[in-house]
Amino acid sequence: MHPALQGLVTIIIGVGGCVGYFVLSNYLLDRFLLPARAFSAEQTAARRKLGTIFLFAIPSVLIAIGFLMTDALFSVQGFLWLVLAGALILGLWRLNDFVFGSGATTAGRNISRANMIRPWLFLLPAMVALGLYLTYPVFETFRLSFTQRIPGGYEFVGVDNYTQMMSEPKFWEAMRNNMLWLFVVPAMSTAMGLIVAQLTDRISWGNIAKMLIFMPMAISFVGASVIWKLMYDARPAEQDQIGVLNAIWVSFGGEPQQWLTLPIWNSFFLMVVLIWIQTGFAMVILSAALRGIPEETVEAAIVDGAGPFTIFFKIKVPQIMPTIVVVWTTITLTVLKVFDIVFAMTNGQWGTQVLANYMYDKLFRANDWGVGSAAAMVIMLLVTPILVMNVRNARREMK
Amino acid sequence: MAGLKLTDVAKSYGDVSVLKDINLDIDAGELIVFVGPSGCGKSTLLRMIAGLERITGGELQIDGQVVNDVPPAQRGIAMVFQSYALYPHMTVYDNMAFALKLAKMSKQEIDDAVRKAADILQLTPYLDRLPKALSGGQRQRVAIGRCIVRDPKVFLFDEPLSNLDAALRVATRLEIAQLKESMPDRTMIYVTHDQVEAMTLASRIVVLANKGISQVGTPLELYEKPRNEFVAQFIGSPAMNLFPGEITATGERTTIRLADDHGDIVSAYPSTAADMGKTVNVGVRPEDMHVSEDGTGYTGTVDVQENLGEVTLLFFVPDAPGKDPVIAKLPGIHRGLKGQTLHMTASPEKVHVFMDGTSLLYR
Ligand SMILES: Nc1ncnc2c1ncn2[C@@H]1O[C@H](COP(=O)(O)OP(=O)(O)OP(=O)(O)O)[C@@H](O)[C@H]1O
Ligand SMILES: [Mg+2]
Repeated sequence: MHPALQGLVTIIIGVGGCVGYFVLSNYLLDRFLLPARAFSAEQTAARRKLGTIFLFAIPSVLIAIGFLMTDALFSVQGFLWLVLAGALILGLWRLNDFVFGSGATTAGRNISRANMIRPWLFLLPAMVALGLYLTYPVFETFRLSFTQRIPGGYEFVGVDNYTQMMSEPKFWEAMRNNMLWLFVVPAMSTAMGLIVAQLTDRISWGNIAKMLIFMPMAISFVGASVIWKLMYDARPAEQDQIGVLNAIWVSFGGEPQQWLTLPIWNSFFLMVVLIWIQTGFAMVILSAALRGIPEETVEAAIVDGAGPFTIFFKIKVPQIMPTIVVVWTTITLTVLKVFDIVFAMTNGQWGTQVLANYMYDKLFRANDWGVGSAAAMVIMLLVTPILVMNVRNARREMK
Repeated sequence: MAGLKLTDVAKSYGDVSVLKDINLDIDAGELIVFVGPSGCGKSTLLRMIAGLERITGGELQIDGQVVNDVPPAQRGIAMVFQSYALYPHMTVYDNMAFALKLAKMSKQEIDDAVRKAADILQLTPYLDRLPKALSGGQRQRVAIGRCIVRDPKVFLFDEPLSNLDAALRVATRLEIAQLKESMPDRTMIYVTHDQVEAMTLASRIVVLANKGISQVGTPLELYEKPRNEFVAQFIGSPAMNLFPGEITATGERTTIRLADDHGDIVSAYPSTAADMGKTVNVGVRPEDMHVSEDGTGYTGTVDVQENLGEVTLLFFVPDAPGKDPVIAKLPGIHRGLKGQTLHMTASPEKVHVFMDGTSLLYR
């Protein structure tokens, strides 16, 4: 089959499967499980019995399948365990109803029960997918970080991977650079996004300016890296410079520089790429937040005698502080995971290594899965608190 | 202390003229109320006085000085906004202190001013709260407090009570009246939709309509001597009845024959023979109408009767569907008037006569 056709079929199957799942599961729930009508006491008792038997039958079948498939992929097994646990919980819930429930059921009770179950029907696919592709890998990586590959399998080595990693200067270089990125990029992106949002708000060509600044968001990190590599490009002194930075530098009388090999400076040159991309993101969100500030509070401040700077810093910025924090932390998360830019531009040479690239080096180049997993755990450890903070903040915003 | 003088003030947005030829003298210590239909430019005029809206024509003087190009903060004004416009991230104390901090007053002075204002407005227990933890009435008081602390020459209020519920509105209205009394030398300008607010608070009311000032006067002047049909119908509730008619007898008093065979009404308006036969509108307030003994006056059939106890409202059958019915407001209880044909009249002094929309009695 032609690959395009294959893709199309995949999409149709995927979307059709989703639609089918939602329609069918809701249909089953509303038609058979909890129909919107009343049942007499006998009918209810029969339905309870049937439901309980059915729900205990599912785990038994799953356990049987599980036994038959011990050799199968671990992920399929994990999936089975997940469904099994869910089915058992549901079964126990039914059992409780079976033992203690009595009397007739009303239509209202059925409807409210159905509506209690419905959100879970919608959440189930997402929860299963997340469990399979996110939660499970986290635990597996955690396990791998304590193992070492030996011919034909793994052996448990305790914290050896971590101590080995800690003793490597390249790891500390990556840590240091990551911290540098962490301080510079979110701060610069948010600050520039905020300034741009404020400045473009009232001018006639503000929307065009915004569009131009937002455009890098649509470019992949690797694409952006390629563009910026050209900006930093260096040619021998006697040739014309095609890199913008060197062209300017030379026109001021400097020698052409290999910008990406200058220690310390080169890290900042890489950061510029990410700032260039993330400013657009910060600008769009903050611009919306600025528009949400009630105009009357600004006018009240004008009457109170505030100048433009006071209004910006004392009235506007405090009012959008929650949004600024969300933008800041979101960019921080991106920064902690930064990989593509470093990979594509310097590959961590000349002192520009970062954690994600270090992990990639270990995992896929050195095939040292243990240390690679350990590095992954460190990244996760750094990201988690910020993630928690971000989610909390977003929740508070919603209230 | 500080009077205002508006000379030919005009406002236009590009080609759209919103206000023009506004001439108004406001004495120090007055409480002026701007009323008018929605969209007539009350807020715009107030915001021009505040300096939030550019004046596109004419001259505005505060305290004898032209302030057209003076920034708001230096005009000696303070403004209460319709939606309070409190700074949501500052406590009540900081909200009130903000302007004083900007004016670089000492900590002690600021503290004194804020606590004094909080005391007047009973806000002392809430000084450390954020605005979101206050009720609507308390927020409104903070907004007023923010003005008081600055001790301005002129207070501007843009529909300050419109976001409050009915009971709170009455209470806050009284508070504003008391506030004004405690500061007799401060000028206040107050925008409202609400007639009762206008009538009870104002020392003078400015009725705005058709891009300009329709009439300026004390509340009772506007009620008793409206200069035109618009003011006549705008002030008072239910609105004044207007009957088209024709002058049929002139002299010391004028008799007008109402159109559509509704009878004759006599006004105290002294007319000359030249007025004979002119078409005019007769205006009579519902509360001035009473049943005539001799069968003269407006003749109509009662369509709907509303018994409110203290008064009885009669709605007469309109001449054409969709036309405003004539309304009479009789004191006390009257039973079983529905469906009857009545003759209603009013004492000649209470009968207004309008020609081309302008009052012939009070020009
Ligand atoms: N920026 C603008 N451009 C054009 N016209 C405007 C603009 N702002 C206001 N107007 C017009 O000016 C007129 C007066 O508006 P204003 O807000 O002063 O009315 P208002 O009397 O306060 O009404 P309301 O009682 O509803 O508050 C309105 O007809 C409005 O359409
Ligand atoms: Mg208004």
